[in-house]
Amino acid sequence: MKATGSQILFRALEEEGVDVIFGYPGGAVIGIYDELFRQKVRHILVRHEQGAIHAADGYARASGKVGVCLVTSGPGATNTVTGIANAYLDSIPVVIFTGQVSTNLIGSDAFQEVDITGITRPCTKHNFLVRNVADLKRIVHESFMIARSGRPGPVLVDLPKDVMQAETEDEEFPFNAAPPVERPLDQEVIAKAVEMIASARMPLIFSGGGVVYGNASEELRELAGVMGAPVTSSLMGLGAFPASDPLWLGMPGMHGTWAANTALVHCDLLLGIGVRFDDRVTSRVSAFAQNARIIHIDIDAASIDKIVRADLPIVAPSKNALSAIIAGLKATGYAPSDAVHDWRKQTILWKITHPLGYEKSGAIKPQYVVEKLYELSSGKAIVATEVGQNQMWGAQFYKYDEPNCFISSGGLGTMGFGFPAAIGAQAACPDRLVIDIAGDGSIQMNIQELGTAVQNKLPVKIAILNNSSLGMVRQWQEMFYQKRYSHTILDENPDFLKIAEAYGATGLRANKTSEVEEVIKKAFSTEGVVVMEFMVDPEESVYPFVKPGAPLCEMDLGPMADQAKKAA
Amino acid sequence: MESQKNVLSILVNNKLDVLARISGTFSARNVNIESISANTTMDPERTRIIITAMGDNAAMEKIVKQIARLVDVIEARNLAGIMAVTREMVLVRLDWSKRENRREIEMLAERKGWKILSADERNCILEITGENGLLMEEVMGLHRFGLEDFTRTGVVAIEKGL
Repeated sequence: MKATGSQILFRALEEEGVDVIFGYPGGAVIGIYDELFRQKVRHILVRHEQGAIHAADGYARASGKVGVCLVTSGPGATNTVTGIANAYLDSIPVVIFTGQVSTNLIGSDAFQEVDITGITRPCTKHNFLVRNVADLKRIVHESFMIARSGRPGPVLVDLPKDVMQAETEDEEFPFNAAPPVERPLDQEVIAKAVEMIASARMPLIFSGGGVVYGNASEELRELAGVMGAPVTSSLMGLGAFPASDPLWLGMPGMHGTWAANTALVHCDLLLGIGVRFDDRVTSRVSAFAQNARIIHIDIDAASIDKIVRADLPIVAPSKNALSAIIAGLKATGYAPSDAVHDWRKQTILWKITHPLGYEKSGAIKPQYVVEKLYELSSGKAIVATEVGQNQMWGAQFYKYDEPNCFISSGGLGTMGFGFPAAIGAQAACPDRLVIDIAGDGSIQMNIQELGTAVQNKLPVKIAILNNSSLGMVRQWQEMFYQKRYSHTILDENPDFLKIAEAYGATGLRANKTSEVEEVIKKAFSTEGVVVMEFMVDPEESVYPFVKPGAPLCEMDLGPMADQAKKAA
Repeated sequence: MESQKNVLSILVNNKLDVLARISGTFSARNVNIESISANTTMDPERTRIIITAMGDNAAMEKIVKQIARLVDVIEARNLAGIMAVTREMVLVRLDWSKRENRREIEMLAERKGWKILSADERNCILEITGENGLLMEEVMGLHRFGLEDFTRTGVVAIEKGL
């Protein structure tokens, strides 16, 4: 049967099981949008293309499926670049369809023409420029296969206007887009890992995004139980291991907990699973886990020995590697030794003597707001964050017990990510409560997406921790730049409640600590999009704090120091 | 760590942007490509790219891994320390106007296995093939005959069979 490029595109998307597309029309994709008019697939019209790519990203993180966005050529395409880099650094599977000028115009500086495959080459897992309609179906299927297989990542497909108008036979697709063959696990390496675990006296599990997106949370939980070992997770890994479990030490790194960082300093075996040893975790690399032998499980061989040298690298999907190690431990009759029991008790003691905390006095404390969000949502919400202090408090004070519930820009640190990502998560999980924890700076980077959320009935609850400043940079200026607050004070913020109302959302504000609970309760019981504004203490800083480049043992505990002294 | 010369042998699908992806991997890691040569293989849909670059072991290991994970890269290996034969070719233009030089250049060429590809009243063009380091010593030695210009290919390399 004859079909146009546009028809073939939607057929292929249907075959891939795509149910939502986040997009924005324009000249080069007007034909695709005309075909979309006849299609059943849900299209969510954003207000800016950056919103589309972040929403597709958030959709992918919440659902575990591939996120899809569709934008026009030129500025439509370049507006997605930040979001593509964001997905690339966090290894999130998204497919980005960009319009392109007709093939005869490519290279002529035509209206709304950019070389988007050239621009995105270093920040996509792969990209394609479709030159012939006969290649279209194969390329669409390949792009999904590439996005989700191995280490996931964004794939961009550039669609010239004439290619999408051209007709060809839409035949049964010959499925040569099979995923790369997984190499069988090296049993010797697994046996060595089992041996290393069995001989460890102070083992520590460090899990990351590779466990969440590798769907290996069950295996991680089982392994921790079998090993009787404490667990810490990177920002990207939060939720893979339940934060309410006694073995949980919290997040490590620059703003990590005392227990997690101290355990990293003392452990004699570090089992890194789906982590890439980001500098925000390792701080001074030469001092990182220096007493430990390191087993590093990662699906991407390029992650091994990139920052931290592994004594035993295991290049494999985390799920397979963990299952094999669990089986190996059970087969050899492993039981935690007295030394391991003592070590675990020690780490629990660290948790008790050095909990996360803050001073409860005066103005609304942002940490208190996050604690209340946790409490009043019974820990069941999907939480997206923006970037900065709000992100760290969101990571520290909301306890994530399940994977795919914490959605945050880990690698790129993209302000303006959280809200559109929350919209994407809400589209993926319509029955879930989705909260975006935001700052007054970050929320203004994509605040126009209120229009998207309202129009598409995606009832995201936004919690703005308003400290009238770009808090994280302000905190650094306070600590390292003698309080010269260069361009970090936002004392002319707009009235966020009026903005919410102007878009047809509900706005609620808390000025005092006593109003916080009521605002959150009301927001959660209000239908539709709600903007909560909490006028928080502008002086509040994120602690613990390890100065960049310092060893993890040098933690500034801030106001928690006194508490720790008392406990000791 | 000590910087050493590396010869990377990369087998790729013959797609039009694969070279850009590979060269971008070097520049992103702040490593300069010294020479490059690429052409199709026995399978016309596949191209062999040979790249030489200076860098320490750790940096090259990372680059090789990152290249290996590119979608259109079939295989990437560092031939440094592997039994392999490497060759590079130089085309040299010499002053040919002085008759006393001509005889000497011809004798040298015959002894060393160089080829005189063309010669007219003013200059001649020599083809010299050899191993990278020695080759340039030879070329620089031609200054005494009025070396006007030269152009070098990238290194080609092939591993010795098992």
